[in-house]
Parts: sequence; C-alpha cells; structure tokens
Amino acid sequence: MNWDVIIKWLPRLADGALLTLELVAIAVVAGLILAVPLGIARASRHWYVRAFPYGYIFFFRGTPLLVQLFLVYYGMAQFDVIRKGPLWPYLRDPYWCAIITMTMHTAAYIAEILRGAIQAVPHGEVEAARALGMSRTQTLFYIILPRAVRIGLPAYSNEVILMLKASALASTITLLELTGMARTIIARTYLPVEIFFAAGMFYLLIAFFLVRGFRLLERWLRVDATQAR
Amino acid sequence: MTLDLYGFGPALAAGTFMTIKLALSALSLGLVLGLLGALAKTSPYKPLQWLGGSYSTIVRGVPELLWVLLIYFGTVNLMRSLADLLGVESLELNAFAAGTIALGLCFGAYATEVFRGAILAIPRGHREAGLALGLSKGRIFWRLIMPQMWRVALPGLGNLFMILMKDTALVSVIGLEEIMRRSQIAVTASKQPFTFYMVAAFIYLGLTILAMIGMHYLEKRASRGFVRSTT
Repeated sequence: MNWDVIIKWLPRLADGALLTLELVAIAVVAGLILAVPLGIARASRHWYVRAFPYGYIFFFRGTPLLVQLFLVYYGMAQFDVIRKGPLWPYLRDPYWCAIITMTMHTAAYIAEILRGAIQAVPHGEVEAARALGMSRTQTLFYIILPRAVRIGLPAYSNEVILMLKASALASTITLLELTGMARTIIARTYLPVEIFFAAGMFYLLIAFFLVRGFRLLERWLRVDATQAR
Repeated sequence: MTLDLYGFGPALAAGTFMTIKLALSALSLGLVLGLLGALAKTSPYKPLQWLGGSYSTIVRGVPELLWVLLIYFGTVNLMRSLADLLGVESLELNAFAAGTIALGLCFGAYATEVFRGAILAIPRGHREAGLALGLSKGRIFWRLIMPQMWRVALPGLGNLFMILMKDTALVSVIGLEEIMRRSQIAVTASKQPFTFYMVAAFIYLGLTILAMIGMHYLEKRASRGFVRSTT
C-alpha cells in the first residue's frame, strides 16, 4: 500500500466527496418533496388515483438506475423537440441529468416507504380524529402524516444511505464525484487499489455520519416514544 | 421500429442471457458468503463474530460500482504475482468473474443479515432437542436449522435477488456484454439512444416480473405444511 499517493490525492478526493454529498442531499430532499403527493396518492382509496403512482413506482423500482441515467442523459437527445426546447441547456448537462434522474429514482422508493407508513398508522387513531370532527384533509395533515413520518423515518434513513451508494453511478455520465474522481486519479497514477481504497473509506465515513445524524433526528422526533406498545 | 430492432434483437437476447447467467452465478456465491457470514455472526466465538460483523458493515457501506471497479482493476497485480507463483504465462480476471465476485460479495453482505435474522427466528428449543437426541452440531445445522431457516429467509432473499439483478447493469462499466453493454453498442450504431435504453429498461422489468413469479412459487413451496391463517 502506497500511503504517500493516498495522502497526495486526498484533497482531490475530498472535492469529489463534496460533489457526492451535494448530489445526494439535493436528490433525497427533492425526492422527498416529490414523494409526498405520490405516496399519498398511492395510499388512496380510489383505484384511478392509485394507478399513476403505481406505474411510476413500478417502473423506477423495476429498472436499474444506470438505465434511467442513460435514458435521461443520452436518450433525450433523440428527440428534436427536446433539443430545440427551452430545457435543453439543463438536459445537456450531466450534473442536472444526474440530479433529475436520482431525484425521480429515489422519489419512487420514498413514495413506497410513505405508503407503507401511512398504511401502518393505527386505524383507531384515524377514526378518533374523524369522531372529533376533523375533516379528511385535517386528519391527513394533523394525524396521519405526522405519525407516518415517524414510522417511515428509519426506512428513509436506509434510503439515504442507498442513494449515497447509488450516486457512484453519476461517474458513468462523466461527473467527477467521489468515484469519478477516483477513476480520473487512477488514470493518472495507475494505482487502482490505493485510490479505490481511499474512496471506499470516504464512503464509509459519510455513511457513518449519516447514520449518526439520523439517530439524532429520531431522538429529536421522539420516534421511540410513538412506538411503545 | 420493427421487432428485430434494426437487427440488434439477437444481440440484445444474447445480452439478456448473459445478465441471467451473471445474476445466477453471483447469487450462488452470495448465498454461500451470506450463510458463512451469518454463521460467523451468530457463533459463540468473539473473533468470528467480529469477522462476520466487519464483513457485512464494510461491504454494505461502499458502493457496488466501486466494488466492481476495485475487483476488476485492483486484482491485476495480484493475479500477475499469482501467475508468477504458478509459473503460468498470464493470468487475469475476466469481466464475468470480476462481476460475479463483486456482486456476490455485496449480495453476501446483505444476505448475512437476512440469514442471521432467520437463524435467530428458530426457537432455541429445536437446537436443544437436537442435542438431546445426540445429533452432532453439523447435523443439527443441516437437518434442523437450515430447512426451517429457508422459509423465514426467502422473502428477504427475494428482495435481495431483485436488487442483484438490477446491479448486474453495473458490470457493463467493465465491458461485460450484458444487456446494457449491448444496448450501448446498438446506440452507437443506430443513433437511437432513447429507443434502445427503453428496450433495455423493459427487459429488466420483464426479468423482475419473472423473478417475482419465481419467488412466489418458491415461497409457496417453502411454506408447505404451514397453513397461513385466514379469518
């Protein structure tokens, strides 16, 4: 193991790690925002409301993220309408393609988590809210969603870790995030073991701090208190 | 668009076959690794527990793509010294072997947790009953624990297998000619990226559906004798 090389390239790897963090942070937050209506619609009583989120979730969970990335980054160029459209400067840029794809990908998973959480809210609590005279919307926003957030939070933290690992795929569309940066450095130094090892350590470190952070968030939201039976 | 996809239909079919082959071989390796990891984690010996624990933690914390790249590009020197040792002209890991090892390693790390949960779900009394009957440790594991463990572990393993099948796309990065690589080649020739990546997406969807049907059948078979309670 050539430690000098690792130390020499550590700042560049840290730059890559910053881009990784940026991609993941934007994707999981934007994905969450997109997932809230999707998840609520997915848990609907009416089949015609359920149908679209069902298809969306099925497609995004059934195909690899790599295919989805390529569909957005390379696939969109096939259509002249898009190439002449106002969104082309964004769809041409690998950064925005990665963000769009990762957001849509993770939204499908988070929506499914949210559906599970909504359905896990004890029915008695919903009935109690209705008996107190709350409207359906009020019940949703004051009773069901706050409960569902606490039920779904552990699964959401898992999803964030999975997205951290999935962000490595952005390197395939030329983005220089942690994995992409490592591959660039290796092309220069021909030391794959050392550099990939260092990149792996970065991922482990980020995952470690994310797990810690979510544990604090769970304590702050008092998740364990709501789970006492 | 015709059904033969500008003449790339057979190539994509061959790619699909390669993807299935890769998924199944990674599954076999991963199941063995997962079983070993779970046995290590549930063993009474501290060093083994530590080994199993660090295997599953470290492998799960690093992206699958990084494992694929590390094992493909990182083993070149190792293989060269191994070739020197054996006195062979040259020895290298091809993309298929590297992909199998990398994906099997990742599958095994997750499967460790699934198997561990399944082992812990078997009542302690069953093991004690085996001991009382004078069965050896190995026999208790193979004849008592394993058959019952499968039933508990199957749903979790099914989920992992679907994830594994989608992860096979990553091996295209090191040039294995599976669905994604074949689609890329087709795109280069035909300049129809959306069409071909969409076809690839639908092939993966089809494989996922097939795996779901297979899992349903296996779960039904594994829970023979266990009547699911209905009201």
